[in-house]
This record gives sequence, structure tokens and C-alpha cells, in this order.
Amino acid sequence: MHPVRKRRLMIVLFIVLFSSVAVGLVVYGLSGNINLFYPPAEVVAGKAPVGQSIRVGGMVVDGSIQRASDSLRVAFELTDYSGTVPVVYEGILPDLFDEGQGAVAAGQLDANGVLQATEILAKHDENYMPPEVAEALEASGKAPPGAGSGS
Amino acid sequence: MIAEIGHFALILALCVALLLALVPAWGCLVGNQRAMGMAPSLAVGLLLFSLIAFACLATVFLQDDFSVALVANNSNTLLPDAYKFSAVWGNHEGSLLLWVLILAGWTAAVAVFSAQLPLIVLARVLAVMGAISVGFLSFSIFTSNPFSRLLPNTPMEGMDLNPLLQDPGLIIHPPILYMGYVGFSVAFAFAIAALWGGRLDAAWARWSRPWTNVAWAFLTLGIMLGSWWAYYELGWGGWWFWDPVENASFMPWLAGTALVHSLAVTEKRGLFKSWTVLLALFAFSLSLLGTFLVRSGVLTSVHAFATDPARGLFILVFLAIVVGGSLVLFALRAPAVSSRVRFEWLSRDTLLLFNNVVFLVATITVLFGTLFPLIMDAFGQGKYSVGPPYFNTVFVPLMALLVPFMGIGPISRWKRDTARRWQAELLLPALVALICGLTLPLFGGEDYNVWVAIALVMAFWLTFGLLRDLWHRCGAKLSGLRRLSPSYWGMVLAHLGFAAAIIGVVLASQYSEERDLRMEAGQSETLAGYRFQLLEVARVRGPNYVADEARFEVSRDGKLIARLAPQKRHYLAGGSMMTEAAIDAGLWRDIYVAMGEAVGEGGWAIRLHYKPMVRWMWLGAILMGAGGLLTVADRRYRGRKQPASDTVEAGAHAGAA
Amino acid sequence: MPARLKLFLPLVVFFGLALLLFRGLQLDPRELPSALIDQPFPAFSLPSLASGETLNVEALRGEVALYNIWATWCYTCRVEHPYLLKLAQQGVPIYGVNYKDEPEAARRWLAELGDPYRDNIVDQKGTLGLDLGVTGAPETYLVDKRGVIRYRHVGEVNERVWKGTLEPLYDELLREDS
Repeated sequence: MHPVRKRRLMIVLFIVLFSSVAVGLVVYGLSGNINLFYPPAEVVAGKAPVGQSIRVGGMVVDGSIQRASDSLRVAFELTDYSGTVPVVYEGILPDLFDEGQGAVAAGQLDANGVLQATEILAKHDENYMPPEVAEALEASGKAPPGAGSGS
Repeated sequence: MIAEIGHFALILALCVALLLALVPAWGCLVGNQRAMGMAPSLAVGLLLFSLIAFACLATVFLQDDFSVALVANNSNTLLPDAYKFSAVWGNHEGSLLLWVLILAGWTAAVAVFSAQLPLIVLARVLAVMGAISVGFLSFSIFTSNPFSRLLPNTPMEGMDLNPLLQDPGLIIHPPILYMGYVGFSVAFAFAIAALWGGRLDAAWARWSRPWTNVAWAFLTLGIMLGSWWAYYELGWGGWWFWDPVENASFMPWLAGTALVHSLAVTEKRGLFKSWTVLLALFAFSLSLLGTFLVRSGVLTSVHAFATDPARGLFILVFLAIVVGGSLVLFALRAPAVSSRVRFEWLSRDTLLLFNNVVFLVATITVLFGTLFPLIMDAFGQGKYSVGPPYFNTVFVPLMALLVPFMGIGPISRWKRDTARRWQAELLLPALVALICGLTLPLFGGEDYNVWVAIALVMAFWLTFGLLRDLWHRCGAKLSGLRRLSPSYWGMVLAHLGFAAAIIGVVLASQYSEERDLRMEAGQSETLAGYRFQLLEVARVRGPNYVADEARFEVSRDGKLIARLAPQKRHYLAGGSMMTEAAIDAGLWRDIYVAMGEAVGEGGWAIRLHYKPMVRWMWLGAILMGAGGLLTVADRRYRGRKQPASDTVEAGAHAGAA
Repeated sequence: MPARLKLFLPLVVFFGLALLLFRGLQLDPRELPSALIDQPFPAFSLPSLASGETLNVEALRGEVALYNIWATWCYTCRVEHPYLLKLAQQGVPIYGVNYKDEPEAARRWLAELGDPYRDNIVDQKGTLGLDLGVTGAPETYLVDKRGVIRYRHVGEVNERVWKGTLEPLYDELLREDS
């Protein structure tokens, strides 16, 4: 083969090989590490997979936060007013986490329908709500049934 | 009044920028020397007016003029003066003005320090930079005016700066980062000027190289500062989150790293010209894309500015014009035929090509991961988020692939080299690196950590390879060190920095220990051999906050090491809560304590961290930045007027590859 | 000229990316269609800011009105306040929902800046806001004579928003009811 041709072939081979390695890495990286967002209503309806990492977002139900007295274990409920998901988390909560505020919990659903959270994200400031939460509340399509439903 | 002067100066700056974009360009087209000659003075004028506008904004902040909406929204009388000043860029409008100012600064710097450039090239470069200024100035004036007033309902007190931004790191982080971001506009302008003139040659590469290196160095330092800030201010002890905003600054850095290396090949060997031009366009396009992602709200992020779709649309249109236009120019004017210059497989040319491929692929994978949620949303597939594990899975192997070749790079020859020579030069460094790297982890912990061993082998491989090369070049005499060029030293520093960063990143992630605990006063806990005793939790008052402060004594083997006092602050004006971590920093390890919330009867949630070698990462980045800056001192970038048709230099020169 | 053609490749890729980003802009997560549209205004029983008497949803029904969610901690509320005063002068009935705020601070604010509101519902705990699905302040709801929410605006009400969207709807509702 002509040396120039040969070199060109080598370059093409190299690029093909390298990009397939890169694509392989990307696919492998994505397969385990992306998590889909579910509104509480869908979790309650059983649409969310058990044992896979997902995110659930909604408002933290007033009065639902319960802390253990001897550890950092905390339990609370997330709602979009048409479904409510219990969440358990052990660790330090973000500064802005509070009852009646929007939050997103990432973790896995266990067999009892409790979200075992590994990460909690709270909304960033008074004027901001995680957009997924806002959409979940919208999409629940249901006006909360009267005042005090959340408390 | 001052605000109005500032606004007026901003409008004048826009006018000057328009002149700068049009007059020299017209001069270049018709060959009018005088029109071209106006470019440097216009560039300096642009800087002057931008500086006035910026000074006015800084003044209204320092004077607590709450009739200016931006001040009312982002400052407060209680705020310390240093933060009042940094509050200028702690918001969308002000940071945009800072961007404009730095762009004008770069433009003026090109005008002043490019006496050796042929006038027509200088005029083209400045015209392109003027056009970019027009875009950003109109963005500022038409969608994000920093000087708009709140009249007649002037508040008595401001809303305060976001507490996260009330930090010394944030005083310098954005200006340095923007120096890098915006600095790539110079490389971009040189690339456009070269395409415009139809001359892509070694001279072009030599002119744009120092600018690119400086911009890259600033970007490196800026990213490092951001990471350092996140580490101590966000209170989780993490230093890189692969957050969209971080990625926005990291992608130009990756492309810029490829560009810095590719420019070396183009300058020394006249190879990869189209490729280098394309990288120059990419690096700046990615800076603009980053701006778009941060300011348009298409992606959510903890760092994002308050967003507005109108602004997003403006940047997108601007992005389309700048990037689309430059790529059309590229497609029409770039040399379509590959160059006649030959090189062999075993050569520095190939190694640098490999570097480019790796960095470009890394850029694309990061871009893909960042945009993935947007892609899925656009196709109605639901709301996804891509977490750090994706980026780590993809990015770490890519970098690991790079290092073995990176070690060969400095010692290799241009055009043609032989395996035998590499073996002769590098066998010893390779063996020493292997032995050191494999044995050191034995002392590191109870279990032998393979990842640490690999990282150490890589870092030593880079280091010993460089030492070998140094030894060689200075003729085995210490006095020979002085003869080496600054650009060579720059390369050495940057590569050593990379090695240090590898050690820092891998060891900090592998050997870190952390515990989240509930602690009460008087209680003590042990982590990694350190005993943390919580003495008391007290109420303290700062200038604009009240805080609960946990007082710790950290001791090891009964010896007091440090007193740490993390705080949980409650800011008075905004009512927001903030975690202020306390860190005992050291070259070999950091001890890090952060407070969570109060948990029942005098108990507090406490996070304890032990982080070995974490500083090496930032130290490495500082070395890389210093290396980038040092290359500019090289003699060949200064002085004598270069004819535009300069030929390719002989490969004998010590290269900063 | 196939050699030249491949140089267009980056342009094509960028074009795709730009389209995606443009789509991304339209998907802006902050542009919220309201789930509460055409739903009755949620029931509540909360004190009035001025009189302290308990207000409920029936008491406020009977005319086309704006319900404005505001608070003294909300910066944008201060920006939109003068415009609300102007609307009130034009005779548009506006009710305030003082959201997660200190009533004392709210009274001071109204004394200082002027009071565009017919009445203010004190929603100190944010329960009404929760029922409304308020994502932040300010927000403004257009409610018809029967107490049904017809439109929701997130963010500042200004000349552009009023003339562009709210006023036409408002006029239509007035006609509908008469």
C-alpha cells in the first residue's frame, strides 16, 4: 500500500477505535448514573421502579419531619397534593430544608414504598423552587382540597 | 447622578465598540491605512469608557445608593466594604459589566502589546474583538442594565448579598475566571483574522500563542479558585460537583488545553492548521455557550443567576451569530488540503495529536453529559439528571489514557523519533516511577489501594520523565538550567502541576474519611486518629449575621492540633441560613468540621472530615497557571517586528509543548 | 469539492446544538402553566391585615379581581408595587395575600409605600400559598365573579404584562359577567 494511504488508514482506524472506546464509556457511564425524576403521585401509583435510583420532588409536608434523638436519622413526607411519599434520610440536611418548602430527594424506593434517600436538595432561595418540583405540582393537576391540607 | 454617568459611559462604550468593529474592518477591506491605524486608539477608548462605567457601579455600591435597583437587591449597609465591592459582580448585571470591562481590557492589551504585528493583522484582530464587545455591551444595555433606578420608591435598606457570595474567595474568583473565559476571545480574534486574511501560518500561531497561554492560565486559576471556594464555603467538603456551571468553565478549559498544545505544533511545524483554527473557535464558543447555560436558565444549577428567557434568547442569537458566522468563515476559508509537511508515527507531532484527540473527546463527553437532561427534555423523555458518577466514569479513564503518552511528550523529538531512543531515555524514569508508585501505598493505609498506586505511578512517571529531560537539556550541569527558555520552564511547571493534581485528586478521594454525627457539648469523637472534642456551642454576632458556633479542640495522641469553630449563620437581612465550615489546612491533610442543624436537646448535627493531600490539587492548578503565565516571558514573543510571511522555525528550539 | 465539504461539518453540528438550545429556552422551567386555572380559588379562613377579622373565600367573591401574592422580604414586590397602586387608582380591585411575612412589617410597608389593596389576607404560615401552589412572590391570580381562577402570572406585574395579557382577560371577564 502507498505509505500515505497506509498512514491515513491508520489514522482512521485509530479514530474509530478511540471514539468507540469513548462512546462505550459514555454509554456505560450513563447506564448506571442517570436518575429519572418522579412526582409523588406517580410513586404512589406504583410507576416508579423499586430498588433503582430515582429522584422524587415535592413539598415537605408540614409537621411531618421526625428526627431520631440519638442519630441524624430523619423521616419526612414529600407531597404534590395528589400523592405523598415517605422519605428516610440519614445525614445533614441542607440549610434551606424546611417544612412547607420544596425539596428533591434522591435515593431508592424500598419494598414498603419508603424512599431511602441518599441525597436531599432543598430549594435555593425564597424565589426559587427546583423546576422539577414546580412541574410536579403543576402536573398533579389537582388543587389541594382546601386550606390546611398540608398541615 | 453617578449611576447616570455610568449608564452614559456604557452607552459611549457601545458607540466606541461599534466604531472599532466597523472602521478598521472597512480600512482592511479598502486598504485605508488611516482607518486601520485608528484601531488601537479606539481599543484604548473602549477600555476607558468601560472602566468609567465599572467605577461608577462600584461607587454606587460603596455609597449604599439603594435607589439603584442592583444595589438595593444585592447589598446592605451592614455589609463589609470589601463585600460591597465584590457585590458588584455577585449578580447577573454586574458580572456582565465585569465581563465587558475585562473584554475591553484584553482588547486594549492586544492594541498596546502588539507593536510587532503588521497593521492590517492588528486592525482585523481588534475589529473582531470590537464586534464581540458590541454584542456584550448591547446585551448589558438592552437586557441587563446595571444602572436602572428604583424611583420613586427607594428602599431604606438593601436586600443584602447572597451569603454564599460573602467570602474572600468570591472577591477574586469571578475576575480571574472571566480573565480566562474572555481571554480566549483573543485567540478567537486572531483565528478569525487569519481566516479573513487567508493566511494560516506559523507567524499566526506565534502571535496568538502567548495570548492563548495567558488566557488558559487565568482560566486554570479561576477554576481552581471556584473549586476551592466550593470546598470551604458550601460546607459539604466536596471540591468538584460536575455542576452545569462548573462544566461551563471546564469545557473551555479542556478545549483550551488542546488549543495550547495544538498551537505549539502549528508554530513549530506548520501542521494541523485548520485543526488549530477550529480549536481556537471552539474554545471561545464554549466560553459563550457557558455564558448561555449559566444565564439563560435552560439548566438548573446551584450557581445559576436569576434567569430571564429574554436574556437567554439574546445570548443564543449572539452565540448563533458569533459561532455560526465563524464556522461559516472557517468552512469557506480554511485550507482544505492537508499540509505537505510530513511526520512519522513516533514523533512529538503524533503525541500532541493524541493529546488533542483526548482533550477534544473529553470536552465532547462533558458537553454531552451537561446537555443530556436538556436533550431528554426536548424529546419529551422526562426529567433526567446526570450525576457526578457519569462524569467520573468517562473522564477519569480518558485522563488515565493520556498520562503514559504525556510522559513521553517532553523528551520526544519533532517529526521523527525512534523507539530505541525513547527506551534509552525513559526506561529508568519508568522503572523508578513504577517502584515508588507501587511501594508507597503500602505505608498509606491498612488496605493496599490499587487506585492510589496507579495514580502515584502516573504522577511519578510524569515527574521523573521531566527530570530526565531537564537533566538532558541542561547538559548534566546545574549551570545549564539558566539557559533553558521560559517557555520550556512553563511547560515543566504545568506538567508538574498536572502530576500534583493527579495525586491530590486521587488520594483525597481514596483516603478521605468523613462522618456525620449528632454531638453534644462535652462529647468527643475520633476520626482517622484525630480526636474531636466539642467544648461548647455558643451564640456569636458578626457584622450582618448571628451565628451558633461550635467550638472544637482537635488533638492527636493527646497533643492539641487545632481549635476549630464552625458556625451556622443566620443572615439578618435576607433571613437565610449558611454553614460556615472550619478547616485546619495543611500540605498533607485537611481537617474539616461543619455544622448541620440543631437536633433536639442541645445536640447538633456535625460533619467531620479528614482529607489527605487535598491541597495538592489546587497547588497543582496553581503550578499549571504559573507555567502558562511563564511562557509569555519567552524572548521569541517579544521585540522585533515579524514579517507576516515568517517561515516555520527550525525544530531545534526548546519547545513549550 | 468534497474536501471543502467536510469543513462544513462543525457548522452542521453547531446548527443542531443551537436548535437544541433554542428548544431548551422554550422549555424554560420557570414558565409555569397553572394547574389551578379554571379551578375555584382555594378555601381559606385567615385574618385580614387591616382589621384582623377573619376572612374567607365567600366574603371576597362577587367581582372580577386580582389576587396578588406579596411579602416585604420580596424584592420584586417592591418593584411592582407602584404599578399596583396605579391599577388600583384605575379601579381594578386587588386583594393582597401577604405571604410568609410579619404582619407588623407588612403594615409599615403599606403605610410607607401606599396601599393598593382592597384587603389583605394574612398568610403568615404560607398555607394559602401552599394551596395555591405558589412558587414564590410575587404572583398574581386573576379571579372571576364566581371565584374561579382564570389566569396566573408568575413574577412582576408591569405595564407590559398588564397591557399584554392581564387587561384583555380582565376586560373579557367583565363583559362576560355583565
